[in-house]
Amino acid sequence: MAYPPEMQESLKRVEASRNSRLGGNFPKLTLAEKAAVLETYHPDFRADEKREIRVGPNKGGIAPRELVDLLESPSRLDPGAIDLTKVAHKTDVLVIGSGGAGVTAALTAQENGAEVLLTTKLRLGDSNTIMAEGGIAAATLPEDSPVIHYVDTMVGGRGKNIPELVEALVNDAPFIVEWLTSLGVNFDRLSDGAYYAHMPAGHSRRRSHSVKDITGLEFMRVLCDEVRNREIDVLEFSPAVELILDDRGQCAGAVFFNFDTEEYFPVEAKATILATGGMGRLHPQGFPTSNHYGATADGLVMAYRAGAQLLYIDFVQYHPTGVAWPEQMLGLLVSEAVRAQGAQVVNVDGEMFVDRLETRDALSAAIIRECGERRKGVLTPTGMVGTWLDTPLVDMMGGEGTFMRRFAGIQGRLKKYGIDPIREPILIYPTQHYQNGGVQVNVNGETDIPNLYAAGEVAGGVHGHNRLGANSLVDIFVFGRRSGMHAAQKVRGIEIEKLSLEHVRAYGEALRKAAITPRTSSPMLLPDYRFERALSTVQHVK
Amino acid sequence: MLPDIITMIPIYIMGRKYRVPQGLTILKAMEFAGYTLKRGCGCRGGVCGACVTMYRLKDNYRLNVGLACQTVIESHMYLMQLPFIPAHKAIYTIKNVRANDSDITRFYPELMRCLQCNTCTKSCPMELDVMGYVAAAMRGDLERVVELSMECVMCGMCAARCPADLSPFNIALLIRRMYGRYFIAPSPQLEKRLNEISGGEFRQEIGRLKKASEAELMERFKNFQSTKGEAAVELARGKE
Repeated sequence: MAYPPEMQESLKRVEASRNSRLGGNFPKLTLAEKAAVLETYHPDFRADEKREIRVGPNKGGIAPRELVDLLESPSRLDPGAIDLTKVAHKTDVLVIGSGGAGVTAALTAQENGAEVLLTTKLRLGDSNTIMAEGGIAAATLPEDSPVIHYVDTMVGGRGKNIPELVEALVNDAPFIVEWLTSLGVNFDRLSDGAYYAHMPAGHSRRRSHSVKDITGLEFMRVLCDEVRNREIDVLEFSPAVELILDDRGQCAGAVFFNFDTEEYFPVEAKATILATGGMGRLHPQGFPTSNHYGATADGLVMAYRAGAQLLYIDFVQYHPTGVAWPEQMLGLLVSEAVRAQGAQVVNVDGEMFVDRLETRDALSAAIIRECGERRKGVLTPTGMVGTWLDTPLVDMMGGEGTFMRRFAGIQGRLKKYGIDPIREPILIYPTQHYQNGGVQVNVNGETDIPNLYAAGEVAGGVHGHNRLGANSLVDIFVFGRRSGMHAAQKVRGIEIEKLSLEHVRAYGEALRKAAITPRTSSPMLLPDYRFERALSTVQHVK
Repeated sequence: MLPDIITMIPIYIMGRKYRVPQGLTILKAMEFAGYTLKRGCGCRGGVCGACVTMYRLKDNYRLNVGLACQTVIESHMYLMQLPFIPAHKAIYTIKNVRANDSDITRFYPELMRCLQCNTCTKSCPMELDVMGYVAAAMRGDLERVVELSMECVMCGMCAARCPADLSPFNIALLIRRMYGRYFIAPSPQLEKRLNEISGGEFRQEIGRLKKASEAELMERFKNFQSTKGEAAVELARGKE
C-alpha cells in the first residue's frame, strides 16, 4: 500500500531535486507578504465559513458555522426532568475533563487540601494531550529567557494575546519542566543532564522540551499513574452535559450522563474546573483534524449557556503538516519538530515554495495556495491533495539514524502502510489542530461565572489569534495548576445555595424568542461517523 | 451514496457478519457497520491504547492483536475489542520510592513469576519487546526497561495474555518513573533559571513589555531572531 503509481512521477522529481535543495532555504515571507497570503488563503479569513451568533454573551460576534450550530441549539438535557435535591456526589472541587489540564488541576487541588472529583467523557487520560508529539515550551537555556518567550508568544499570536496570561505562562513554564521531571517524566537529555530542546517555528530560541515524538503520551502515562497513586476519585465514561448554577448565580457543579446506563445525574461542587479541550471533531470548514475523538466543544457549549464570554473563538489553527496519504491516516499530525530538524516543504515538481520554518498559519496558507490556485499539489487516488514534506533530509542533515532516534512513532505508523519516511517524503495538507480562543479567563483560570474555572484548550486568550507550537503543552499545566490551586484555596469560603438549571431553561427560551430553528441539540458528546460518514470526504478541496 | 469503485468484504464483529468497504481500518469498519464507539476508541491516531482489538483470520488458528485505528481489515476477519483489562497496578508514593530492584519486587513481587514464554511480546500491538523489558526488570537493568518500553500505549494486552498474571505495562511504568526521577542527573541550568525567576529577575522587563506597542514587540522579535551564539546569551541577560 505504498505510494500508488500516479504519485510516483512526482516522487521522482522530489528525489531528483533533493541534493540541490540540501542546506538551502526558501526566503522567509516579509511581513506584508505574510499578511497577504494569510488574508487570501488562510481558512480563518474566509468570512463565508463563519456565522454570526444570535444569542448569548457573544451575541453579534462570529464563530465557525459548525460551532454556532451547537451554540444555537437547545440542551440535550430537559432541565425539568432532573431532581437537583438528590445529588449523586458532593465535592469541593469538580474537574471536568482528564487531559493534561484536568489531571493537573485535580492533582494540584488535592495537594492543596481539597476533596476532588475528576470526571471524564471517555477514559482517564483520553485527550489531545496524549497525542502531543513535539514538546513543551519553556525558557530554560542560557541564551533564552522568559522575556524572549514572552515576545515570541505575543508576536506569534498577532499581538492579541492577553499580556497577563502570557506573563504567567512564560514565568511558570520552567517550573513545569521541573515538576514533570520530579514526577518521573523521561525528558530527552544530553549526556551531562542538560535538557535537550529544539526550536519550533515562530520561536527565537531552542525551548521545546520533548520525549522523542511521544511527549504527550509520556506525560499522560505519568500523570494518570499519579492520579491513581493519590487515589483521587475518578468518574470515567461520564460526560458533563450542563453546568449547575445556584440561586446566586455561582457555579455549583454539573449534570453528567452515564454512557453505560444512559442516566443523567447531578454533582454538587463548591468550585468547578472546566478542562474539556477543543472543537476539532466538529471539523470546522470540512477540514480533517488531528484531534482526539472526544474534542467536540462540550465545555464551550456548557459554559456559554451558563453565561460565560468566549474570546477569539473565531480563530482556529490549522497545522500545516497533517497526513494526506495514506487515507487511513488522513489528518494525523506530523510533528513540527520534523521541519525543525531539516525537512523542507516542496510541491509536485520537487520545488520549495515556502520557508520550512514559517509559523503554522502562514505555512498552512502557503500550502493551500500551492495546491489550489497554483495547481502544484499532488493528487491522491481518493481525491485528496497535498504537498511533500521531504523527510529524508532529516538524516542527510543530522546524520544517519537521526529520524529514527527522534521520530520513531511517526516512522512506525507510516511503515504499516508501506511508507518509509527515512527514504521517502510524506504527503501533507493542513489539518484542523487547535482552537486558539475559548472561555475567557484571568491568571487564576477564573471565568466570568463565580467559582467556574477553565484551563487548557477550552480557555482562550493566552495564545491570541494564533498559538505557537509547544505553547499548548505548557499552557495546560500552567493554568491547570493555577486553577487547581486557586479553587482549592477558595472553596473554604464558599457556601452553595439552592441548585438550579434555570439558565438552561432561559437559554432555550432565548432561542425561541430569536426565532432560531435549531439544527441539533448540544453538547455533541461524540461525533457521528456511522455508515457512509466513516468514509472520509474532504469537502473544502472539491 | 458509495462510489462504485469500492469493493465490499465480509468481517465478523463479535461474531456478527457485516459487509464493509475494503481498505478501512478496523475502527472505521466498525463505524461503517453502524457502531457508535464509546469504549474502544480514543485518539484515533495510534498512541492512546483505547482501541486494542483481538482478531483472527480465516483458516488460521492464530489470535492477532492490533490497534483498531491502525489495523486495516481483511476479508473474513473475526474481531473483538478489549477496551478494558482489570490489570493490577501497585499504589506508591513516587517520592518515597527507592530506585532499585528491591523496590521493583516490593511493588510487583509477581515479576519473578515470569516464565519467559514470550506471549507478551507476541500480543503487543506496538510490537515492543515486552519479554525483553520484563527480563531487564528482573535483572534490575532500569535503563534497558526504559529504552524497550518507551513506546508503550498502556493498552494492557500483555497483562491480559500473560500466563503468570504479570502486568508488564504497569511494571514498566513504575520503572520509567523511577528512572526519570532518580537516574538522570539534575540540570544546574534549570536550577539557575528557576532561581532567577523566583528572584524576580525578569519581572520589570516583562512588566514593561506588557504595555509595549505591537511595533516595539516586532522590533524586539526581529532582534532576538537575528542574534545567535554568545551574543544571544548576553541578550538573554538583558544586555541589548
